[in-house]
Amino acid sequence: MSLVHYLVLSGVLFSIGAITVLVRRNAILAFMGVELMLNSCNLALVAFSRIHGTLTGQVMAFYVMVVAAAEVVVGLAIIVSIYRARRTVSVDEPSLLKG
Amino acid sequence: MLGRRSDAWGHLLATLASAAAFVVGLLVVLEVVGQSPEARVNDVHLFSWIPAGELSIDAGLRVDPLSLTFVMLITFVGTLIHVYSIGYMSHDVARRRFFAYLNLFVAAMLVLVLADSYALLFVGWEGVGLASYLLIGFWNQRTEYAVAAKKAFVMNRVGDMGLLVAMGLLFANLGTVSFSGVDAAAGSLSTPMATAIGLALLLGACGKSAQFPLQAWLGDAMAGPTPVSALIHAATMVTAGVYLIVRADAVFSAAPTAQLVAACIGAFTLLLGAAIACAKDDIKKSLAGSTMSQIGYMVLAAGLGPIGYAYAIFHLVTHGFFKAGLFLGAGSVMHANGDATDMRTYGGLRKVMVVTWVTFAACWLAIIGVPPFAGFYSKDKIIETAFVGEGWQPWVFGGAALVGAAVTAFYMSRMFFMTFHGKARWVDDAASLGADDPRPHRHPHESPLVMTLPVVVLALGAVALGFLLSLGDGITGWLEPVTGHVDHPEPVLPIPVIIATTLVLVAVGVALAWRQYGMNAVPTTAPAGSVLTRAARRDLFADDVNEALVMRPGQHLTRTLTYADTAVVDGAVTGAAAGTVASGRVLRRLQNGYVRSYAATILAGVVVAGAVLHLVRL
Repeated sequence: MSLVHYLVLSGVLFSIGAITVLVRRNAILAFMGVELMLNSCNLALVAFSRIHGTLTGQVMAFYVMVVAAAEVVVGLAIIVSIYRARRTVSVDEPSLLKG
Repeated sequence: MLGRRSDAWGHLLATLASAAAFVVGLLVVLEVVGQSPEARVNDVHLFSWIPAGELSIDAGLRVDPLSLTFVMLITFVGTLIHVYSIGYMSHDVARRRFFAYLNLFVAAMLVLVLADSYALLFVGWEGVGLASYLLIGFWNQRTEYAVAAKKAFVMNRVGDMGLLVAMGLLFANLGTVSFSGVDAAAGSLSTPMATAIGLALLLGACGKSAQFPLQAWLGDAMAGPTPVSALIHAATMVTAGVYLIVRADAVFSAAPTAQLVAACIGAFTLLLGAAIACAKDDIKKSLAGSTMSQIGYMVLAAGLGPIGYAYAIFHLVTHGFFKAGLFLGAGSVMHANGDATDMRTYGGLRKVMVVTWVTFAACWLAIIGVPPFAGFYSKDKIIETAFVGEGWQPWVFGGAALVGAAVTAFYMSRMFFMTFHGKARWVDDAASLGADDPRPHRHPHESPLVMTLPVVVLALGAVALGFLLSLGDGITGWLEPVTGHVDHPEPVLPIPVIIATTLVLVAVGVALAWRQYGMNAVPTTAPAGSVLTRAARRDLFADDVNEALVMRPGQHLTRTLTYADTAVVDGAVTGAAAGTVASGRVLRRLQNGYVRSYAATILAGVVVAGAVLHLVRL
C-alpha cells in the first residue's frame, strides 16, 4: 500500500470528524468528532514516519495522544459543569460569549 | 481694574497722560533745537527685540526733526481733542472706555512715528489700525457703525499687506529693516526691486491715508464719535501714510517709477475726494472727502520727491490744526442740533453759535488757502512744487492741484454757508410756531467752554501757524536733516502767476458757493442733481466697485472653500469613521457565541490558507 492510500484515509477521517463537529449539537458527539480529527492526524504522522523510516512522526503521534487525553479531561469537565448548571449538553444553548 | 469707580476721573487721567506726553515732547524739541542741524538725528537703542542668529531686530526710537514734528502735532492736537471729548462725551456711559481707546490711539501713533525701523513702525501702524477699529465702532450697538469699523479695519489690512511685503523684500535684499540701515544700503537695490518695494510701501500708505484705491473706508469712518473723526483725520491715522513715504525717502529715491505712481495717486485722490466732498450733505462725510483731498495734496507733494517732502509735512501740520478745528466745530454744531448731521437742516446758525461760527470761519479760510491763514502757506507751496518738473508732469500735477484748490474753496464754502448762513431750516423749540411745520424742531445753543476752548486754540493755529512756520523757511530748515537740502528749482510758470491763479480760482469757488448756498434758499431735501452729483454722493461708486471686484468674489471663494471643507475634508474623516462603524457592525455578527460557527470559521480559514499556499507554490 502506498502513502497515498494512508493520506486519503486520513483526509476522509478528518473530514468526517470535522463535519461531526460542525453538524452535531451534542457536545459529546462534537468531542468524538474532535477525537476523530486528531486520530486522522496521527494516522498521517505514523504513515509518514513509516515511509521515511524515522521515529519523529511516531513521537509526534504520542504527543498528540497525550494532549488529546488532557484535552478530553478538561473538555469533559467543562461539559459536565455546563450540564450541571443548564441541564443541557447542546453546544448551541450557551452562547454567552458572543460579541 | 478700577471699574466704575474711575468713571469720575478716568477721562481727566487720560487727558493728563496726553498732555504729559506733549510736555515731554516739547522738552525734547527744545533740546534738539539747541543742537546743530547735523546732530539732530538721534537713534536711541531700547532693547534687542527679535534676536535670531545672524538676523536681529532691535527696538529703538529715532528722534529727529521729522518724528518730533509729528510728536508735537499728535500730542498737542491730541490733547486738545481729549479736552474737547470731556465735554462732547460727557453723557456717554462708556466714556471711560472711550478715553482708554483715545489714549491707545495716541500711544500707537507715537510708536509709529518714533520707531527707528520699519518693524517697530509696523507695531504702531497696527496699533492705530486697532484703535481706529475700536473707535469707529465705538457705538457698535448700531449695526452699520460696526460694519463701518470692520470696513476700515479690513481695508487697512489690505494696505498693511503692502507694508509687510515691503519689509520682507527689504529683509531679503538688504538684511535689515532699520531706517538707518535701509537709508545707507538702499542705493544698492536694483531699480526693479526698489520699484517693487516702493510700490508695496505705497500700498501701505494708501491704506492708512485713504488714498485711491483704498479710500472707501474714510467716509464710513464717520460713524465714530466726532472727536475720533478729528483725531483720525487731523493728527493720527491718515497722516501715517504721508509719514511713511517721507520716511522711506531712500527707497523712493531709488525708484522713480514708484515716486511717479505716488504723485499720480495723490493728484487723483485730491480730485476724487474733492468731488465727493462737493456732493455730500452729511457735514462729517463732506469733511471726510475733504481730508481725502488734502491728504492727496500731501501724497502728491511727497511723490514729487525731496523737493516736496518738507511741504508735504508742512501742509500736514497746518492741516492737522484746521481740520481738527473743522471737525470739532462740526461736532459742536451737531451737539447743538441734537446730533443731526444733514447740513440741509442747518442754516442761520451764526447768530446762536458765535464762537463756533468764528472758529469755523478761521479754519474754513485756512483750508481754502486765503492769505494770511495757515493753509495758504502750506498748500501754495505744494501747488508751486507741483509745477516743477519737465514734460507733461508739471502741467498735469500742477493743473490738478489748481483745480483741487478751486473745488476745495467751493465745497468748504458750501459747507460753511449751508451751516451758518442763509435762513434757518429748523424751528426753535422755544418759539414753536406750530406743530404742522415740517422743519425739525431744535434748540441750538453754543457748546460749553470745555468744548469751545480747544476749538479756539486750534483756530488760532489755523490763523497763525502757517505764517509762523514759514517764517525764514522755518519748517523746511527744521526738517532739512531728514528731508535733505534742496535748492529751489524753478516752476514752469512764474511763482506770482501761480499764486495769483490760485487765489482767483479760490475766489471763484467761494463766489459760486455763495451764489448757490448763501444767497439762494437751500432745499431741505437734496435735489436729484446731475449724474455726476449722484455718482459723487455714492462715493463715485467706490463701494460698488469694491463689492463687485473684491467682496463678492471673496465671498464666493470662502463659500466654495467652506463647502469643500465640509464635503471633502470633513466627508473623508466622517466617512472613515462611518466605514469603521459599519465594518464593526458586520464583524460583530461573527462573534455570536456559537462554538460550531467558530469552528466553521476556523476551518474555512484553514482551507483558504491551504488553498493559497497551494496556489502560491504552483
